[in-house]
Amino acid sequence: MPTNGVPTKITQGSGTKGGIGESTLRPDGTLKVTGEFAYSSDMWHEDMLWGQILRSTVAHAEIVSIDTAEALATPGVYAVMTYDDLPTEVKHYGLEIQDTPVLAHGKVRHHGEPVAIVAADHPETARRAAAKIKVDYRELPVITDEASATAPDAVLVHEHRDDHHIGHVRHPNIVHRQPIVRGDVATARGRADVIVEGEYTFGMQDQAFLGPESGLAVPEEDGGVHLYIATQWLHSDLRQIAPVLGLPEDKVRMTLAGVGGAFGGREDLSMQIHACLLALRTGKPVKIVYNRFESFFGHVHRHPAKLYYEHGATADGRLTHVKARIVLDGGAYASASPAVVGNASSLGVGPYAVDDVDIEAIALYTNNPPCGAMRGFGAVQACFAYEAQMDKLAARLGIDPVELRQRNAMEQGTLLPTGQPVDSPAPVAELLRRVKAMPMPPERQWESSEGADVRQLPGGLSNTTHGEGVVRGVGYAVGIKNVGFSEGFDDYSTARVRMEVVGGEPVATVHTAMAEVGQGGVTVHAQIARTELGVTQVTIHPADTRVGSAGSTSASRQTYVTGGAIRHACELVREKVLELGRRKLGSYHPAWAHAELLLEGGKVVTDGGEVLADLVDVLGDEAVEVEEEWRHRPTEPFDLRTGQGNGHVQYSFAAHRAVVEVDTELGLVKVIELACAQDVGKALNPLSVVGQIQGGTTQGLGVAVMEEILVDPRTAKVRNPSFTDYLIPTILDTPTIPVDVLELADDHAPYGLRGVGEAPTLSSTPAVLAAIRAATGLELNRTPVRPEHLTGTS
Amino acid sequence: MRVNFTVNGRPQQADDVWEGESLLYVLRERLGLPGSKNACEQGECGSCTVRLDGVPVCSCLVAAGQAEGREVVTVEGLADHARQRARGAGGTCGTSLDEAKGWTADGTDSQTGEGAELSPVQQAFIDAGAVQCGFCTPGLLVAADEMLERRPNPSDADIREALSGNLCRCTGYEKIMDAVRLAAARQSEGV
Amino acid sequence: MDFLRPASWEEALAAKAEHPTAVPIAGGTDVMVEINFDHRRPEYLMDLTRIGDLHAWEVGDDTVRLGASVPYAEIMEHLRPELPGLALASHTVASPQIRNRGGVGGNLGTASPAGDAHPALLAAGAEVEVESVRGSRRIPIDDFYTGVKRNALAPDELIRAVHIDKADGPQQYSKVGTRNAMVIAVCAFGLALHPETRTVRTGIGSAAPTPIRARAAEDFLNAALEEGGFWDNGKIITPSVAKRFAALCAAACNPIDDVRGTASYRRHAVGVMARRTLTWTWESYRGAHRTTEGAA
Repeated sequence: MPTNGVPTKITQGSGTKGGIGESTLRPDGTLKVTGEFAYSSDMWHEDMLWGQILRSTVAHAEIVSIDTAEALATPGVYAVMTYDDLPTEVKHYGLEIQDTPVLAHGKVRHHGEPVAIVAADHPETARRAAAKIKVDYRELPVITDEASATAPDAVLVHEHRDDHHIGHVRHPNIVHRQPIVRGDVATARGRADVIVEGEYTFGMQDQAFLGPESGLAVPEEDGGVHLYIATQWLHSDLRQIAPVLGLPEDKVRMTLAGVGGAFGGREDLSMQIHACLLALRTGKPVKIVYNRFESFFGHVHRHPAKLYYEHGATADGRLTHVKARIVLDGGAYASASPAVVGNASSLGVGPYAVDDVDIEAIALYTNNPPCGAMRGFGAVQACFAYEAQMDKLAARLGIDPVELRQRNAMEQGTLLPTGQPVDSPAPVAELLRRVKAMPMPPERQWESSEGADVRQLPGGLSNTTHGEGVVRGVGYAVGIKNVGFSEGFDDYSTARVRMEVVGGEPVATVHTAMAEVGQGGVTVHAQIARTELGVTQVTIHPADTRVGSAGSTSASRQTYVTGGAIRHACELVREKVLELGRRKLGSYHPAWAHAELLLEGGKVVTDGGEVLADLVDVLGDEAVEVEEEWRHRPTEPFDLRTGQGNGHVQYSFAAHRAVVEVDTELGLVKVIELACAQDVGKALNPLSVVGQIQGGTTQGLGVAVMEEILVDPRTAKVRNPSFTDYLIPTILDTPTIPVDVLELADDHAPYGLRGVGEAPTLSSTPAVLAAIRAATGLELNRTPVRPEHLTGTS
Repeated sequence: MRVNFTVNGRPQQADDVWEGESLLYVLRERLGLPGSKNACEQGECGSCTVRLDGVPVCSCLVAAGQAEGREVVTVEGLADHARQRARGAGGTCGTSLDEAKGWTADGTDSQTGEGAELSPVQQAFIDAGAVQCGFCTPGLLVAADEMLERRPNPSDADIREALSGNLCRCTGYEKIMDAVRLAAARQSEGV
Repeated sequence: MDFLRPASWEEALAAKAEHPTAVPIAGGTDVMVEINFDHRRPEYLMDLTRIGDLHAWEVGDDTVRLGASVPYAEIMEHLRPELPGLALASHTVASPQIRNRGGVGGNLGTASPAGDAHPALLAAGAEVEVESVRGSRRIPIDDFYTGVKRNALAPDELIRAVHIDKADGPQQYSKVGTRNAMVIAVCAFGLALHPETRTVRTGIGSAAPTPIRARAAEDFLNAALEEGGFWDNGKIITPSVAKRFAALCAAACNPIDDVRGTASYRRHAVGVMARRTLTWTWESYRGAHRTTEGAA
């Protein structure tokens, strides 16, 4: 068992090549660089049809009538379906609350909601047919913000709520509310020498994964269907799909197709049920591929938020209290809103020790686009605001912003505002120290003998400045993210591990339902099997529903939970193999009975290093196989009144230093460097860990300076559903990202590891904003910051 | 309509092509070459990048009929293309094939597509960790390979400019920069 | 939809005369986006990529005849000395892949106020060579843009080439976008000094319903330069003159608020770009002026 804070020492398998701790290469790398890796949009089947979805053109309306006759009569069209054609009584789905209609019924609640589906022999035929469906809408007033949602006479987005949150919200247009109350803010306020307040706005970010929502549904002879799909959680999809189709779960077979990125945007269903419905209706395979326009309507986004904060501190920079109110816009359907509220509230003060806290977080139902999971959810929005507050406080107190953070940094043993102790290393001050100690990038890098290199200046190739108006700024931020599913969720994974001799060599096969979305789970799974079973040959079985649930590829949890399940299954396989060895060969050597035995390099060895047998001889013709579920330690729900409770499993910390150059006249920003220090507990694959940190950092940069889905407040319609107007960073917008990886073991977790993927997305955004504030002297209370905000022309 | 063109050195014919179809659609759905990717279909992401008569273009913005009689190189043909270039260059990139074999990734898991001979830039993307979800990878490879053909010793700013039409959402581009630098270095060592 | 593949310019003109609704497609960087996203379903799509003449350019004594389909990448690479403003503008177009494919003819045909080439053409001075079976004519660039995404072409006409005045002095081009590459202009500005005629010309993109020149600003600056003897003495332009020029350029804008930026920002940014590009071009002119003096 590792000890907290001490780097994990591996004994079993430590001599086996390609085990944990090495930067082994992706097993799917060759397929991905040759174009042979089959993504969900690459699926093809003889005779397949193309599915097309007709979406609402308005945000909130009653559907007076739908006429599909002309569409159905179009040559090449095989099926047109609306709500009335759904085969069973189950016509809604949802991650936690089943409030989302498979196809709109009587009413649409957001712009782009699916109303009808078409299957035809060519995508153009399907598009033309969908365009012939006549939908008569009677428009309703739109709910777009807290004021319109909670007005006494507000139209209800959902008229008949019976979910388990309705009892503790004060208005039916509030999905969920979570207060976190600890200590006594009113008294603590009296001790404060300085109080700073702020009102912050976080824009709606899109996951913008590159692989569009897509999949292929193939009807099967037994009346079932086989769905090849890009998702984050096969079994969660299955649980939602099967009842709508009226099929038992074993007749809906699901295989993970190649996933072109996810970032939370594939946690909810998109075209899964639609493809299956059309396949079952037509008896033919049906492929659906969203285009980029549709993708902006086809998945949930990151919750935009309004955050109201009050921080108090003594003159020497000790936080006295934090009071906050966080209003998240969940849009038309609940999706992951309740969990987002839980994270935003419970992590709302950030990685700081504060005794007196009063936080309220709510998520609204509105007619805006539905919002749900995206990398770091809840914690991302809060971090943007509390880190801005810490800078404000530092400025007011005349204390260096890093110093102020370090004075208040939580550490192991600190109680969260939920009353839960942080029982693993929390190197917040150390991460800040490290990121501050990194060498600064040189000044005026853009100067060369041939004049200014515009590629290195704000504006880039657009040639807007040759140095005029350019001011440098530096900013810092740090954040805390929970790892795994919190609040009492039964968060487990399942692994099936098999060991046998193939072609004269011992080979391990690892079969899980884990969705590989690019993060490199398949790489570390093989590494774990090598380490635990002492073999070099590992086969990763394609993910499908023939094995138990692996849980979601989200919440930074897969290496922890499915990795933990694989390790556990491997341990059981190892025991069985050793038992087999004892039975077959035990009489040849006393060590079989007495010594601690390991599997190493394809052999059974003693802990002293003596070789007892080749695995090939131990196994012979036999295969050893184990399928087991594995859980992390349980959590509990937060008290609905006080927010107290041991709600979280583990935490992940990252700190950033941003160096930016701002063209202060034109309001254009060039991020010069985004340095990151993160504690990962144990880097199972250092190359992948750094890749995760750099990728997460860049998504944080995007929402700092450019990424925002714009919704018209009068109509609730999306204004920029394209890559022309929803901009994500290019390689010319992305700076060098030096990464300092700390490995302080969490002894509750397998190998002491910590979930990695989300934490860097938190602190990146506020660090960039802090740097822009430093360069411009502006207050900047919203993200993303646009040129008009920096030039007083908004 | 019928469209004839050459893809990765082989003559190809597609029938019953709808006039509004893009070259990307024909490659992916009619010719069984889905390596070029369909991320945006509006020329804003570069994931569908192919060489059209040698020039990198977004295949989503080439009407299928415009490809008639042209030569197309896709990611599926990149290794061959690089090999031929190495041969054709009369030894300037002399031993790239042998080297490529030497760089073969270790780790022998399933799904590897092992045995494939890769171009230097493909191998460098694997080795440097430049591939995560991989959806942007084919387009980036075609663009990066073409840049290294024109500019064997690029500066960092050159690499960034040449790849500024290719979006990646996973990596933050750092490992992509590493991969292109690595490919350039190996290429120049091979001289 | 029908796909027309004229093998020659004459065939193209005949086809356009027969089917005036035919949509010409060359680089495809506008048309294919509209088709892919179901915004447009033309009855006829007419491919112009087989007409070699459209991809050629000719450098004459006073002008460059630039084929409508010469890709931006070629302009950047080969025509920088003759067309510095357009070369700079070409470099800001979208991405390398798009610059390999798109050309000025497409920008003119679409006539979007955000087209990157327009401000450079307006500033340099140019004529658009258009032709139909009825004959050929040249439209001065100042008369070419007639409304939002509208131009002076008759339904049966095609754009064959642009005749752009060769630079007789420094030219500059700036574009504001909210990303450092692959971005549509929030607004753009082109400036050309014409020492031979002792005039300056401007071009503004994305800040009015059409690409425009800031004529009052040009008149002001022409007068101020003349009055101060700047063309001869090569002195640094008085800051107040630069400031007034910038203000007049900003005042020439008639922008809107949209997803890419506010009207107020566009006006502001055009002013900043006007001032900066004036400084850059004038510094360059002064440098050349001093070199000439030194050589004399």
